[in-house]
Amino acid sequence: MTTSTHRAFSIGRIAAIAGNTFTELTRLKVFYVILLFALLLIGNSIFMAQFTFQQEFQVLKDIALGSMSILTSVLAVVATARLIPQEIEDRTIYTILAKPVARLEYLLGKLTGVLLLLAISVIIMSALFFIVLKVRQQTVLSDTLRQMHGSSPEQMAEALGAVRSSAFQASLFSGIAIIYVKASVLAALTLFVSTFATTTIFTTVVMVFVYFIGHLQSTARAYWLQTNGAGAITKLFLAFVALFFPDLQLFNLLDDIVAGTAIPLALFAKTATLGFFYTGFYLLLAWWVFYRKEL
Amino acid sequence: MMRILTVILGAALFGAVKLPAEHAISEAHRQLHFRAVDFDPALRKQIGQLGFIAGLSGFRSLVADVLFVQAHVAWERTEWSRVLLLFRQVTTLQPRAILFWDSAAWHMAWNASAAALRDPSQPRLALRIKAQREYFQLGKDFLERGIRYNPDRPELYEALARLYRDKYNDHERAAAFFDKAAGLPGAPNYAKRFAAYELSYCEGREKEAYGRLHALYAAGENERLPTLIRLLKDLEIKLAVPPDQRIPDPIP
Repeated sequence: MTTSTHRAFSIGRIAAIAGNTFTELTRLKVFYVILLFALLLIGNSIFMAQFTFQQEFQVLKDIALGSMSILTSVLAVVATARLIPQEIEDRTIYTILAKPVARLEYLLGKLTGVLLLLAISVIIMSALFFIVLKVRQQTVLSDTLRQMHGSSPEQMAEALGAVRSSAFQASLFSGIAIIYVKASVLAALTLFVSTFATTTIFTTVVMVFVYFIGHLQSTARAYWLQTNGAGAITKLFLAFVALFFPDLQLFNLLDDIVAGTAIPLALFAKTATLGFFYTGFYLLLAWWVFYRKEL
Repeated sequence: MMRILTVILGAALFGAVKLPAEHAISEAHRQLHFRAVDFDPALRKQIGQLGFIAGLSGFRSLVADVLFVQAHVAWERTEWSRVLLLFRQVTTLQPRAILFWDSAAWHMAWNASAAALRDPSQPRLALRIKAQREYFQLGKDFLERGIRYNPDRPELYEALARLYRDKYNDHERAAAFFDKAAGLPGAPNYAKRFAAYELSYCEGREKEAYGRLHALYAAGENERLPTLIRLLKDLEIKLAVPPDQRIPDPIP
């Protein structure tokens, strides 16, 4: 006779839910957005070929990283927003929770599935971006070699070095990693909202507002405090917003990365840690609400 | 009651970690001159509501790129006022991009100024020259503002030095800005040489220029370029350097 013990927390169960969530999301053909991304990149690189190489590379990086940021943010919100309301509507959630699956495991599994989807999307988009950048860099390098034919080796090396440094920077990797971290925060926050929301539309609309508030709050706060002075009610309101909404501007390093600024490792680590802290906190909050939810 | 207390305690704990962490990262951004864009209602009028919201919502550089492409089109159509307006918006949105400041200054001080001087609609030369000078000033203004936002980058100092050299014929200031560029990390290796060249044209500073050009000459074959040798030769004559201390004549 064998005795099976039920563990209160199981990585295996979380992995099973995550795998299932990931499969469900891929069936929705969400990866088609990557095709749009590829078209955007290729179209942009053809159009920008008429500019100087510095302008071309800067705009290419801006468009690629900017659209990567938009697509992952949208994907994080849309993919997560439908998870719980859809499962309630399809009644599959009752089948799962009737089994010995803790609610925290269920939420963790759902979030992990979305994070896996986001990671794969970011990896594919980054690979496409680096391929296009490399192809354009090679074209510009061979043009430069041809144009500089007969120049001194020092001048040649300087010209080629300028092309290379305009195209690739190590900070691009930090920028892409931060895009992923920001999308994770949005996914966790969406999961939290979807625990008390009844429809996908409600969650998505709330998240659109949260996205804008998260980006604008620090700028608006600085402007408000500077120009209007600060009464007690204003301060209370600003404190409330600052306490409950993530400051998404802190994850906005792309503008400076594309402008050629190196991102210090310490700043990258702090930003990533803050992102994981937000993700963890919003997951706990989601669990706190979901734990009490009558299903 | 217990639930309310839990919520308050949880919020307080979250805030105790969140707010100082956010403040620390914001401070790091400020020190590195990140997020140099100010909330300016005038910009909202210029770029429209959607552009303004997008600019402040994490897509600043995307909006700046769109405006930059529009500026490029305006340049192709030689609509100089529009080029100026669009570059003001572009540089406001993305003040850390050297390329935008440099392009803006180049369009104003080189392209628009040349067009103003040859403006067929203005028959009076004095007014054409006035317009040309105004465009020089606009180019200079872009570079000076760009330097304020990017004091650690050599490119704009170098561009300003070129502007003083080519447009204002002010060799003293050109030398000073080439020197500033040469002192910063990532400066091109010719910046130091160009600073010495410019100094050689400054009345009363020939001796200093000679010393610097000679030091470059002594640094090795790579620095012994035709302009450097020609300027050294000119200064040797001007300063009456004894024949035994002069550099040898270049092999023809």
